[in-house]
Amino acid sequence: MKNKIEVKNLSKVFGPRPQEGIELIDEGFSKDEILAKSDNTVGVRNVDFSVREGEIFVIMGLSGSGKSTLLRCLNRLIEPTRGDILIDGDSIMDLNKKELIHYRRQKFGMVFQNFALFPYRTVLENTEFGLEIDGMSKEKRREKSRQALAMVGLEGYEEQKPDQLSGGMQQRVGLARALAVETDIMLMDEPFSALDPLIKKDMQDQLLELYEDIDRTIVFITHDLDEALKLGDRIAIMKDGEIVQLGDHEEILTRAENDYVAEFVQDVNRSRVLTAEDIMSKPLALLYENQGPKTALHKMNEEGLTSIFVVDRERRYQGILLIDDVKDMLDDNARDVKKYCRQVPEIDPQTTIDELFARLADLDTPLPVVGEEQKLIGVIVKTNVIANLASEPDEQVKD
Amino acid sequence: MEVISEIEEFINIGIPVGDWIENFVDFLIANFGEVLGAISEIIGTMIESFEGFLFLFPPLIFMLIITLIAAKVRGKELAIFSLFGLMLVFNMGLWEEFIVTIASILTSVLVALVLGIPLGIVKAHSKIVHLITRPILDLMQTIPPFVYLIPALMFFGLGTVPGVIATVVFAMVPPVRLTYLGIKQVPDELIEAGQAFGSNWWQMLTKVELPGALPSILMGVNQCIMMSLSMVVIAAMIGAGGLGEPVLRSLSTVDVGLGFEAGLGVVILAIILDRLFREE
Repeated sequence: MKNKIEVKNLSKVFGPRPQEGIELIDEGFSKDEILAKSDNTVGVRNVDFSVREGEIFVIMGLSGSGKSTLLRCLNRLIEPTRGDILIDGDSIMDLNKKELIHYRRQKFGMVFQNFALFPYRTVLENTEFGLEIDGMSKEKRREKSRQALAMVGLEGYEEQKPDQLSGGMQQRVGLARALAVETDIMLMDEPFSALDPLIKKDMQDQLLELYEDIDRTIVFITHDLDEALKLGDRIAIMKDGEIVQLGDHEEILTRAENDYVAEFVQDVNRSRVLTAEDIMSKPLALLYENQGPKTALHKMNEEGLTSIFVVDRERRYQGILLIDDVKDMLDDNARDVKKYCRQVPEIDPQTTIDELFARLADLDTPLPVVGEEQKLIGVIVKTNVIANLASEPDEQVKD
Repeated sequence: MEVISEIEEFINIGIPVGDWIENFVDFLIANFGEVLGAISEIIGTMIESFEGFLFLFPPLIFMLIITLIAAKVRGKELAIFSLFGLMLVFNMGLWEEFIVTIASILTSVLVALVLGIPLGIVKAHSKIVHLITRPILDLMQTIPPFVYLIPALMFFGLGTVPGVIATVVFAMVPPVRLTYLGIKQVPDELIEAGQAFGSNWWQMLTKVELPGALPSILMGVNQCIMMSLSMVVIAAMIGAGGLGEPVLRSLSTVDVGLGFEAGLGVVILAIILDRLFREE
């Protein structure tokens, strides 16, 4: 695949004497040492990477890791101190002011963390901003903006002002503004970080959906590994201005190259050690072994169940009774539920979700979680597991 | 004690600040007479044009126009106030002075804005201009406005023109400051958005900075108008016409009634203008 963006040995030093900072970088001093020695702050340090055409490239790191600075170097909102950036094989470092303005119009759309919408412009006027700057005629840019707004699902909001919209909708406008300019590259600076979790998930899904339809290269910044894993084709992890690891999901998750990455990844994998105990729910109804089929039927009807667990008086697990078994009992005029109930293998509370997953797949009944003294302490149904998968989608799906 | 008096004697060397200023003013008059004449000409023409235009309207028509504008811009209450206020002014026999005052305020505000807003823009973009203008603006705003009258008088003689010039100097500061402030307060992210989509400096100014600074700039306009009004009476001391003149006259003849009537005229004008040119 072709490289869309190539970044070569890029450094950015903020401070009174940036060149001095560069020299200190070359001498191998750390970020803190350089700050102490020369009052210069290293933003980005000898970074090399390339972004392939059409991929979503995620740059991840904590605040202060230099990821936003790196992103802004790509369209020279921040001037790099040293290094080279090639877009489609051409260096953009030699461009003069006018050429750079032209280049930004042609190549880059940008989405910002706090939306950066113009409060005095309507949604439509915000969306058309890039096209207006580029000198497109009013009719044409209106049409394109309406299309872009339709893509993000904001038809009918054209004449609203941004402050009339919710955060998620505001960021959709931000997204539409970047889509409208139809540039090759979209730079996204923590676009979903300011949104609450549910909206954030919606927006991620929408971005992925849009990404199918549009032919863009996306550079996406985030501090959230889940988000990085969900969206990124490849992920670069930054720390102290350096890229400490770059790779696809698998590489990041399974082959952490240093403690920093490992710590990040561990955070995500915590759900892999989630156990049956963590995700089980309380049984809605229990049948005691001395109760008859009519009681079973009544309890099941009341809770809308198709099966019910049978326990003895000490709440020890005895088996499970399906609705069909109850029917059989009524037909046979039998009373002893123990003879009719089935033995579904019990689950230890310490079983991990991974193990559960395999056992649930070919099973129609809920699983009993049985603790000390054979006591039934909870049940696990497929939805328990699926709900937990949904909140931690990436790392489970891969397994 | 002896030391203190010695120090005092040392400090008291008599720096001739007054002489310097006087020399400077003399120098300006001697060398820039033509420029001053041209300025005087322009300002004079502006005032006359405004006066001529405003006197075209019979008082009743003028009242109705203002009332309609007030109703349109701010609603019923201001419209009613304007109508009765203007009728009162007419009733007090101060109509002519009232119109003259409006003409000179329009001129002062126009000149102050034409100079002030661009200066505020430059100030927001140039650190050097900002550092240079800061003490000057402080000085312009804090020196008692009476002091302006003297050089204004020397440069432009007696009349409404020096009054307007002194008013401009005094009233120009808020538009400069608030334009500067408004632009500085435009969030960085908006500036970045403007840059990221490829704005050149003119697009940046007209599509990002000025619209963002507009509320602040409008506040500057409002303050400029109010400060011009407060100069009305003071400027009358060097022969500027308008409502300040009867106030001054009543002072010398101890005519309380006339003084209050003219003062009331200023108040009515102030309230109408303030409410009309205010960002709500």
